[in-house]
Amino acid sequence: MSHRLRVNPIACEAHGMCAELLPEAIALDEWGYPIVDDRPLPPALLDHARRAAQACPTFALLLTRERERDRDRVS
Amino acid sequence: MLDVSGSESSPAAAGPAGELPRLLRGIPPHGAMSLDGHLAAHGPAAAYHRRRGRRAESPLIEQIARAGLRGHGGAGFPTATKLRAVAGSRGRAIVVVNAAEGEPASLKDRTLMHALPHLVLDGAQLAAEAVSADELIVCVCESAPASVDSTALALAERRGLDGDSARAQVAAVPGHYLAGQESALVNHLGGGPAIPTFTPPMVFQQGVRRRPTLVANAETLAHIALIARHGPDWFRQLGTPSQPGSALVTLSGAIVHPGVYEIEHGASLVSLVDAAGGAYGSPRALLLGGYGGSWIDGRLLRGVALSDEHLAPHGASLGAGVVALLSADACPVAETVRVTRWLADQSSGQCGPCVHGLDSIATCVEEIAGGVAQANATQRVVQLAALVHRRGACGHPDGAARFVSSALDAFAPELADHARHGPCEDCARPGQLPLPVFGRPPAPTREPISLR
Amino acid sequence: MTPILAAGTSLYWYLTRSTGAVALLLLTAAVVLGVVDVRRFSTPRWPRFVVDALHRNVALLSMVFLCLHILTSVLDSFASISLTDAIVPFAGSYRPFWLGLGAIAFDLLIAVTITSLLRRRMGYASWRAVHWLTYASWPIALLHGFGTGSDVSSTWLLALSVACLLAVLAAVIVRVADGWPEHLPRRGMALGGAGAFVLFLAIWMPGGPLGAEWARRSGTPSSLLHHARADVSHGSRR
Repeated sequence: MSHRLRVNPIACEAHGMCAELLPEAIALDEWGYPIVDDRPLPPALLDHARRAAQACPTFALLLTRERERDRDRVS
Repeated sequence: MLDVSGSESSPAAAGPAGELPRLLRGIPPHGAMSLDGHLAAHGPAAAYHRRRGRRAESPLIEQIARAGLRGHGGAGFPTATKLRAVAGSRGRAIVVVNAAEGEPASLKDRTLMHALPHLVLDGAQLAAEAVSADELIVCVCESAPASVDSTALALAERRGLDGDSARAQVAAVPGHYLAGQESALVNHLGGGPAIPTFTPPMVFQQGVRRRPTLVANAETLAHIALIARHGPDWFRQLGTPSQPGSALVTLSGAIVHPGVYEIEHGASLVSLVDAAGGAYGSPRALLLGGYGGSWIDGRLLRGVALSDEHLAPHGASLGAGVVALLSADACPVAETVRVTRWLADQSSGQCGPCVHGLDSIATCVEEIAGGVAQANATQRVVQLAALVHRRGACGHPDGAARFVSSALDAFAPELADHARHGPCEDCARPGQLPLPVFGRPPAPTREPISLR
Repeated sequence: MTPILAAGTSLYWYLTRSTGAVALLLLTAAVVLGVVDVRRFSTPRWPRFVVDALHRNVALLSMVFLCLHILTSVLDSFASISLTDAIVPFAGSYRPFWLGLGAIAFDLLIAVTITSLLRRRMGYASWRAVHWLTYASWPIALLHGFGTGSDVSSTWLLALSVACLLAVLAAVIVRVADGWPEHLPRRGMALGGAGAFVLFLAIWMPGGPLGAEWARRSGTPSSLLHHARADVSHGSRR
């Protein structure tokens, strides 16, 4: 089971809290919008990723759980 | 086979079933083909494939899978896969015929709806049956009123037609660039603005009124109508093994007889150009696919074949079937600048990277064209193109980035010249590539992202 | 027995006043932090997620003190305030109008708190619309404090209230200025409302809570008024 980060670019309003809380996987472009590393998250970062997704004021950061074929949204 | 048939040139001759024209067989020179005319041209309606048992997959889907039909809306997605996805989703499905055609240089879908509506409607009803849909909405671009009216008349002609199991209606939809995007169309039909939404949920799971929705390009459905009649082997008699069948292309620009033509996949570009009366002079470049497609150098005209497989090494694809020839006396930089700015304006304003990125790209190429750019402007454009890649809710920024990147490659000498010396004498010429002015996207329900 | 009883009731009364003052202070801080948050203020020492969390936590803390304020006012046997008076406005017997304002402010803040705790289930637009009720709840709470409170004339509470008012006023101006002049009607109304409120206070306060016999005029039951008059001369309660 792997977890991946994904941004809903329509909901995103470039608050930037995600990049503050998870700089290992999220950087901000020159306009303040997140560039997300969409590879599977290392387990050590999972709690930080959950916190980052919780912190997003517009619920734009999504943490998805993949089990090979199907995908459920975790937060 | 290298025959191509034009909408204006060839008569409605009946040839052997495998040959061209296929979709355009019997197309009337004016107005629409009636239901009777349609049946005379293509034979009786396909024996509708009744589902054997509730869980059995419709045999038509299997036929389409064997035929290898892919979508003709630009994305080229395998049609059978899409049908299966809708058929497999929970709830009563609904079919949406996509003839919104927001692509300015494309005319094929509105031509089909205007002149050959019954072919598309046959395909739509067949698809509806295959996915167990009870409702059909035919979306036609509102800026093509003749096509809207023709569709409405065709639907009236079909009222009570045996085999039309889905309740059908026509909907005139906005003409801006993104209105024909799958989720945008579904958004619009649900009462919202015609701009894309975030997916998941995908429209095949939850689309119009939260029902599984099949959004299919008008041309794709026309092909389904013929595959159902003649079978997948017949379909594969034309085209290439990886891209079988025929396709409609819109030929425009520096060509004697611009218009909608039917080619087989893999046909040489030269044969198409010859069938259209030849080009005016030697084109500087060709735009393939659409405004989200790619430029290729005009000198390659002789060697190019029209299939994705053959175009891939050139960094291009057939896309929405747009083939636009840019004449040698046009300024390719000016054309690129105009289209790039238009693409930036067509952003729905919902995603930061798209709004800011496309604006920055457009500004950059405008500065290059005006001779006022910074030293590394071209690198900046390349960087921006990479920065917007896959960071929007839809493929719009990707397409715009592709268009500009291919222009940087194809027009490197002219771009360098403009960067150094500013606008050339051809910059002021009227643009060859059409840029509809009316078609601005509607504002999103949330604050659109501003460029402040 | 009597001295102990007197001491007991006096304790709740002190707690009601103090928790009320603290709640006002915290609510003010929450509003100010809310504007700081929405204006996306941040420094390397105070990143966005900290400002955001601070706003949320201060707001929740203010609700805690608000609940204590309500609880102690119910437990205080001096004036018969019931728990329902905290939620249903204007139904009580003690200064019904002014107490009722407190109930209204509390109702609004309950709505804001619950929607914020359940915001993931709500949809962003609806959550935001409800959240704007905070701008209404604050002045209502202040008026409640002025109308119901017994310490209004005391310097410390007056100074505190004025300081809070100035802070919220500044926050509103900063908020309205962001993105000016878009949505001009909305911004105009906000500034107009704030200005009108301040003007109202300036005109009303001297002849109102700061004026003579406010306890009687504000609706204190006459049975309690006797206590009040007697105690004022001793300088202790009410």
